[in-house]
Parts: sequence; C-alpha cells; structure tokens
Amino acid sequence: VAGTAVLGRLRAPLAWRLAELVAHVPETHVVKTLVLDVPDWPGHAAGQHVDVRLTAEDGYQAQRSYSIASPPTSERLELTVERLDDGEVSPFLTDVLEPGERFELRGPVGGYFVWDPASSGPLHLVGGGSGIVPLMAMLRQRAAAGAGPPATLLYSARSYEDIIYREELERLAAEEGPEVRYTLTRSRPEGWTGYDRRVDGAMLADVFGTPPPGATAFVCGPTSFVEAAADGLVGLGYEPGRVRTERFGPTGT
Amino acid sequence: METSDLMLDGNALAGPLAEIFVGEVTMARATCASCGAVREVGSLAVYVAAPGTVARCPDCDAVLLRVVRAERRIWFELRGVASLELARDD
Repeated sequence: VAGTAVLGRLRAPLAWRLAELVAHVPETHVVKTLVLDVPDWPGHAAGQHVDVRLTAEDGYQAQRSYSIASPPTSERLELTVERLDDGEVSPFLTDVLEPGERFELRGPVGGYFVWDPASSGPLHLVGGGSGIVPLMAMLRQRAAAGAGPPATLLYSARSYEDIIYREELERLAAEEGPEVRYTLTRSRPEGWTGYDRRVDGAMLADVFGTPPPGATAFVCGPTSFVEAAADGLVGLGYEPGRVRTERFGPTGT
Repeated sequence: METSDLMLDGNALAGPLAEIFVGEVTMARATCASCGAVREVGSLAVYVAAPGTVARCPDCDAVLLRVVRAERRIWFELRGVASLELARDD
C-alpha cells in the first residue's frame, strides 16, 4: 500500500526532459544545490531520485543518479550535488553549468527508499555525507505538512563545515521538532559536544534507543556507512524490513 | 560477504528498469532461484562498475539479473530470479 501513490504517478512513460538551471546555492565548499525549472514535472515523493544524462559533442554519454532534495510541495525541483574531482558529471553540474542553461534529466524514479507521509510511525533517519539529501526531502515534507510523526536524524559528516543544510536543520529542529544529532568523523570545532566517531551500535542505541512500534528507519550514504548503520539498527531490534537503505558510490551507469 | 563501496543497491535499478517495466519495479519482490530468499528489488546488491549492471542476492550472492545497455538496445537477463511479484492497480 505504501507504494501505491508512487506507482500511480509513475505510469507515464519515463521520458528524458530538459531541465533549466535557475540558480546554484552553495551548501559547503564541495556541495551545491541546483534549483531547476523542469517543464511538466509530474511530481515526486520524498526519497526518489532522477537520472541525469550529459552528451558530449562526439556522442559520448555519461549518466548518473541524484537524489531529489526538494519536497513534493516545492515549486522548483532541487538536486544537491557533491562535486567529485575526478567525476564526469558532478563538476559540470556544480561548476560549469550556468543559470539559463539546460541538461537532460528523467524521473522521478525509485519506490523502495520512499517515505509515506501518511504513516504515523516515528521517522528515524541516518545520513552519511551527501546521503542527507533524500532524508532532507523527507524532513522538508514533514515540516511543510505542519504536523508529522516524531522524527530523529543522526547525521555523520567529516567536519562541521561539511554539514550540508546546517542552518536549515537547526531552524527545523527549533521550529518543527525533529531531533538532530551530529557526529563529526575527521575534525571538530573547539568545544564540540556532539559525537566524534564513525556511527556504531552504541551511538545508534544512544540516539534511537529501542525501536518504538511502527518506526521506520531510512539510511543513506556510502556503502560501508550504510552497512554499519543498518546492521546496528537491526541489532537494536528493528525488523530488517523496517530499515530502508540507499547506498551511493563513485560510479554511475 | 565482503563489503565494497563499489556495491550499491537495487535503488540504482530504478532508472534502467523503468525502460523495461511500466510500474515502479524497486518495490517488486524477487524470489532468488538459488536460495529462495524473497527480497524487494530495491534491497538487492547491485554492481554498476561492470559493462552492465548486475544484481545479486544479498543472502547467497547468486546473480539474479543483469542489464546491459548499448546504442539503441537493451539486454535484460533474469536467470537467477524464480519469480517476480509486482503490485498492480485494479
């Protein structure tokens, strides 16, 4: 039942569309949000992603997937992209593309890593690095609805400066009540009182405790991060089916 | 089973399989022909660094399906899948 709405929306053939960059929003020194105008965008659910395709003059094509950052209620589609220095696609999106220019995109796709906002169970989110992006779409959708189930985010970043959406997360935590906890794995500012290590079972137990009835966990990040966090959550007593995972890596299709 | 950051998961199949299936296939439940495990496609172990995309059973590591795309063609192999259960709208 959770996927029914998504299924219904995805019935239209998946076509490549031209997205136009409206603006770049810097998030960290290597991460930018792309605010896009996509004509006839069919709408999406929090947690879904899009495929981006770039074609060189000689016909060579490179394709990558990017999570959608904006909530379904947003007027513009937003993608938050981390620039990988040896990447084929991300440096173009973050550094070369200029407002008014267009590129090919298709979607939304994905149904497994999608939050059903009608579910009343607690929302437990664990993000590593740019794995925060689809989780942010969920928190934004929850905030836009004005009322939602209890939500807790555990976010692992290399340093304080690498925390994407930091100001918005702090505002959301103050206004809309998601509990936000950080762990900084490489460097900490002076006087840091949050966690200072990689996510482990003890940290997950401290943040989430025993899973309450109906809780769903969403874990997104690099593969090794997701494996550790998902195993840790199952160790706390989550049913494996209630721990939804999305792994991302350096390569695309 | 060894964990590598080259391993992704079935979420990465959503785009490629949308060229073949009408509905959202990452919510479909696949039964492994080798060990009988039933898994949502979104939770399969997926490798995209090969010439094609390969999905393996997270329980027994058997190859469940392969997708290879080339110019104007797509090959889709489902040898390791005993059955695929998809939701349908009535």
